[in-house]
Amino acid sequence: MIECQLKIKQGDFILDVDFCTPAKGVTVVFGPSGCGKTTLLRALAGLEKSDEGFLKVGDSIWQDGKNFKPSHMRSVGYVFQEASLFNHLNVRGNLEYGARRANESEKDFMERALDLLDIRPLLERTTEQLSGGERQRVAIARALAVNPDILLMDEPLTALDLKRKKEILPYLDSLHDELDIPLIYVTHSPDEASRLADHLVLLEEGHVVGSGTIDEMLTRFDLPISHGGDATSLIEAKVVGHDDRFNLMYLDFSGGQFTVTDRELPLESKVRLRVSARDVSLTQELQTDTSILNIFSAIVDEIVPEGRSQVMVRLKIKDVTMLSCITRKSAELLDLNPGKQVYAQIKSVALLS
Amino acid sequence: MLNEFDITALFVTLKLATLSTLILLLLGTPLAWWLSQTRWKLKTILEAIIALPLVLPPTVLGFYLLITLGPNGPVGGMLESLGGASIAFTFTGLVVGSVIYSMPFVVQPLQNSFSGIGRRPMEVAATLRASPIDRFFSVAVPLARSGFITAAVLGFAHTVGEFGVVLMIGGNIPGETQVLSITIYDHVEALEYGQAHWLAGGLLLLSFLMLLMVYIVNRRFSIMQSSSQ
Repeated sequence: MIECQLKIKQGDFILDVDFCTPAKGVTVVFGPSGCGKTTLLRALAGLEKSDEGFLKVGDSIWQDGKNFKPSHMRSVGYVFQEASLFNHLNVRGNLEYGARRANESEKDFMERALDLLDIRPLLERTTEQLSGGERQRVAIARALAVNPDILLMDEPLTALDLKRKKEILPYLDSLHDELDIPLIYVTHSPDEASRLADHLVLLEEGHVVGSGTIDEMLTRFDLPISHGGDATSLIEAKVVGHDDRFNLMYLDFSGGQFTVTDRELPLESKVRLRVSARDVSLTQELQTDTSILNIFSAIVDEIVPEGRSQVMVRLKIKDVTMLSCITRKSAELLDLNPGKQVYAQIKSVALLS
Repeated sequence: MLNEFDITALFVTLKLATLSTLILLLLGTPLAWWLSQTRWKLKTILEAIIALPLVLPPTVLGFYLLITLGPNGPVGGMLESLGGASIAFTFTGLVVGSVIYSMPFVVQPLQNSFSGIGRRPMEVAATLRASPIDRFFSVAVPLARSGFITAAVLGFAHTVGEFGVVLMIGGNIPGETQVLSITIYDHVEALEYGQAHWLAGGLLLLSFLMLLMVYIVNRRFSIMQSSSQ
């Protein structure tokens, strides 16, 4: 468990946070620019000092009241927004800098970081011989090579163009799958958040407005992210079959089976699906004469108004939560009420990883 | 050609410049680092004091040093009361004077280089487990390399070229405090233009070569930027 309770004053801005997040998986700290995300992350690393607070990562206490453990004594890996490589060292020198100081047997962690981020071909290059994406990969590997108890990443994709982003994202996915340490990832991009997060900490004007698992957070009506055009729900599924004739694949999730365009993923591979609330329509009877393939029986959980003409409906498909945005008129015609059984027709899903 | 006194003066000068440069780097590095990092409000006053020798007539500086270091001055008097001798008109006195006189030429390039590094590389080093001392030597010093070269060369060259301060506090004792610039003056006074030419031309060439080295090493940074900002 990571327990964080910090208060930092910077001029007019006050960061005042109090939250817990599990010591495994990816916790995304999400919020608009200027909400204090970076300050929070810097405080976790000890780069920003708070006068009072409590910070515990796993079993070790990093701050307790006025007792403040300085950065170099905290077992963190930190990836800054810009790669911030040391220009006086080559790639190998950058990686060894931390590895040599952090652990006696630096080799294993070095090797692992090199493999995870695919650094070997770059080792003898100078930092000027790297592209933007390569620089950021080296920076991530450098942070991992110290074998930290926690990895902190501050919008590592923001400084990169779309092409470079796409180059890095698969590496972030593999971190997500293979790291056994917690990763705290700061971003203002809903795409990155929904792709990577297991847990979400929502930050607004220096305060935590909510924290919890990503699917719970995305469908909580008291939070702004469950409203508007961006409202989505996430579903974890795995590949169970391919249909060569129609070029489709079948994905099992705890509420049923999805049929989606084949991406030639191996069987059993885990995927994360994103379903936009606007792509989910509701029917009272099971439609059979429809072009929509993905239809699931669902129970209405809660309905809240969304603007003047629409409503947001939270559905339960067994234990999976999904949002549907429909018109207020349709809701009335269908006589929707919490507890009512309906069919959710899903027009399109996006595969995230 | 050079006579025996010229050769002696050359050695005194080189010894003085080398020693002063080493002391300047030892004192100037922590001072420049501190100036580049501190948010102390009165920092500008200290910066102005360090920069004083840039604008002060050397004779003014030399005069006050003479007063201070002489047997009746606060420092000289203290030294005498401790059983030592006054350091005015000694080589030690020259070193003290040179260190003060050349201080801005060492501190300013270093301070600018340290400021130019920014906070980020030091923060990165901290998250990579480097202690404050460790990250100073493993990150700040190598990244400020060009500042160190500029500082060393300017400090050395400026000490070689000083005249007024030396004349005021060092006098003109052959083998002890007689330096090249004063020897040139003596030759000219004695109308020995040939010998003055040898020494003056040599110093001109030396200064040019040293500056050339600075420019080659710092090709990317102009010397004006790093030494006069």
